[in-house]
Amino acid sequence: MHGSFTTFGKRRYGTQFKNMSEMAQKADWGTRRKGACFVVHFSGAWLSKSLRPELDTLYAAIVAETNLETLHLEADHLLAWDSALLVVVRKLCDWAEARGLRTRLDGLPKGIQSLIELSRAVPENKQVSDESPEDFLSSVGERALSSYRGLNGYFEFLGLLCIGLLATIRGCGRMRAKDFLSLLQATGAQAVPIVSLLSFLTGLIIAFIGVIQLQKFAADIYVADLVGLAITRELGCVMAGVIMAGRTGAAFAAQIGSMQVNEEVDALTTFGISPMQFLVVPRVIALVLMLPLLCACANFVGIIGGMVVAVEISDVSVLQYCKQIQAAVSLSDLSVGLFKSAVFGLIIALAGCYRGLNCGRDASGVGQAATSAVVTSITWIVVADAIFAVMFHNLNI
Amino acid sequence: MPEADAISVKNLTMAYGGYTVMRKLDFSVRPSEIKVIMGGSGCGKSTLLKHLVGLEQAASGEIFYGDQRFEPGTVEAAGIRRKFGLSFQGGALWSSMTLEENVALPLEQYTHLSAADIRDMVDFKLSLVGLAGFGHRLPSELSGGMRKRAGIARAIALDPHILFFDEPSAGLDPLSSRRLDDLILELRDALGATVVVVTHELASIFAIADSALFLDAESKTALCDGKPNDLIDNPAIDAKVRRFLRRGDND
Repeated sequence: MHGSFTTFGKRRYGTQFKNMSEMAQKADWGTRRKGACFVVHFSGAWLSKSLRPELDTLYAAIVAETNLETLHLEADHLLAWDSALLVVVRKLCDWAEARGLRTRLDGLPKGIQSLIELSRAVPENKQVSDESPEDFLSSVGERALSSYRGLNGYFEFLGLLCIGLLATIRGCGRMRAKDFLSLLQATGAQAVPIVSLLSFLTGLIIAFIGVIQLQKFAADIYVADLVGLAITRELGCVMAGVIMAGRTGAAFAAQIGSMQVNEEVDALTTFGISPMQFLVVPRVIALVLMLPLLCACANFVGIIGGMVVAVEISDVSVLQYCKQIQAAVSLSDLSVGLFKSAVFGLIIALAGCYRGLNCGRDASGVGQAATSAVVTSITWIVVADAIFAVMFHNLNI
Repeated sequence: MPEADAISVKNLTMAYGGYTVMRKLDFSVRPSEIKVIMGGSGCGKSTLLKHLVGLEQAASGEIFYGDQRFEPGTVEAAGIRRKFGLSFQGGALWSSMTLEENVALPLEQYTHLSAADIRDMVDFKLSLVGLAGFGHRLPSELSGGMRKRAGIARAIALDPHILFFDEPSAGLDPLSSRRLDDLILELRDALGATVVVVTHELASIFAIADSALFLDAESKTALCDGKPNDLIDNPAIDAKVRRFLRRGDND
């Protein structure tokens, strides 16, 4: 008894399920003409997952009829429906009304009628932005104008920065001592480990390359000249600059950019506190002060790195290496590197702050600002370094 | 001689790029008046506020404070701005500073008070918005509503002559929202401040507004300006405004 009931139940369930899945495959409509009225009758299961007939065939069928006044949609044996049917009904209504047909939905289930009514309660926004550069010439013009505005913006930024710096020097700036000190720490002390590690390795690599070549001429001792000059004049400041561009330039852009997104910069402006004096000036001063110190640190550690290789691989002693460095590196070599690093600091701070202040008002804007701050500052560091190389060569420094 | 208007806006048109937000706005705010700017979402209420405080440049038209013309970027504008207090929609607190520091910053910048006086002042302002004891927290450690109230405490730090509120009660529970309405009324009565509030909370509009300006997104201009209780029953007023004030019900 129990067993047969189960079998019966299973079979029932099975057939029902088979029916359902068969129906779920089929969403269908039938059409008929009734006087001046074209009737579309929806049947089956109108679900997003089921197969649905193409709307174009229905359009074609309606277009083929003449003297139509009304489009009547009905459905009394729908198995199931979801937004798939709503979309079709909505499209059909819009299409028909655009062709001057009246639509009647009263044959559809109540739920569909009210949702369609709701979706049409607020008319579609027809207004588009007035600016739509279609042709090539106007888009070139737009580009040119926007780069001109960009250039203007950059000069305005530099001008405001100069005013801000002057105000700060005269002691009427808006900078907070606490902010400035924490910036000094973030751009100085906290960067020492990474700058040291990378410059140590750079010194090591330069010395390796040099020692192997110089050993062929039994001129091992000159590895000190090579490392000393390369690090103090070029590599120390460039390494420190590139590291700080990636580390601090990006951080400046992201900090100021997210303040821009949060309206924090607007809040400063409305209090009459210039974002330039409050945010940019302390960052510029901090980085211009700290980068030469980091560069000095990079020089020292890089030379030590070179020494490790010289002492280990060739028979140069520590004392010989130090003596040779002292003879090879003059004060002007050292100061060239330190001077350049201060300029690189200025470049990094400017790029970071400028990108941050001109950041878009959304999250992706902050990302773009950080990226372009790093790219801009590294590019300008290399360009400036090339200019300095030519300049110092001509000046015999 | 009648007192000059605190704020007068003449023929103001606002646009973003080529997209006109509102055109030909003309209205004025009398001293010590609470003016509500209302309208549906996205009609340009906050944009109008940004124009009033000079965060956006007008496409055309003029804004006067008293008899001084307000043009962002000029020295006079900086002087006028000093009298403003603005509370932002999301609070816009400086996220790297604690609440105390946020409220203290304007005081440090513009007054010569001692550190102890500033601390007392900050405590008092925070207690006005119901945030006493939260001064040492960072904005990220507060709820949205608390941040908003902290933003108001910062806006009133310098006892401004003109206060701007951008959607002060949006997102607040009914009791906090009511407290805030009371606070706005108290500030006006105690300080004689002129207040401009952007909101679409009907309860607040009826509770605080001396006059209300209705911005309409469709016609892109102001439809009417008057006391909400007069507007709602006045058949001469556009039906749209009356429907808005009745929450969509017809007369």
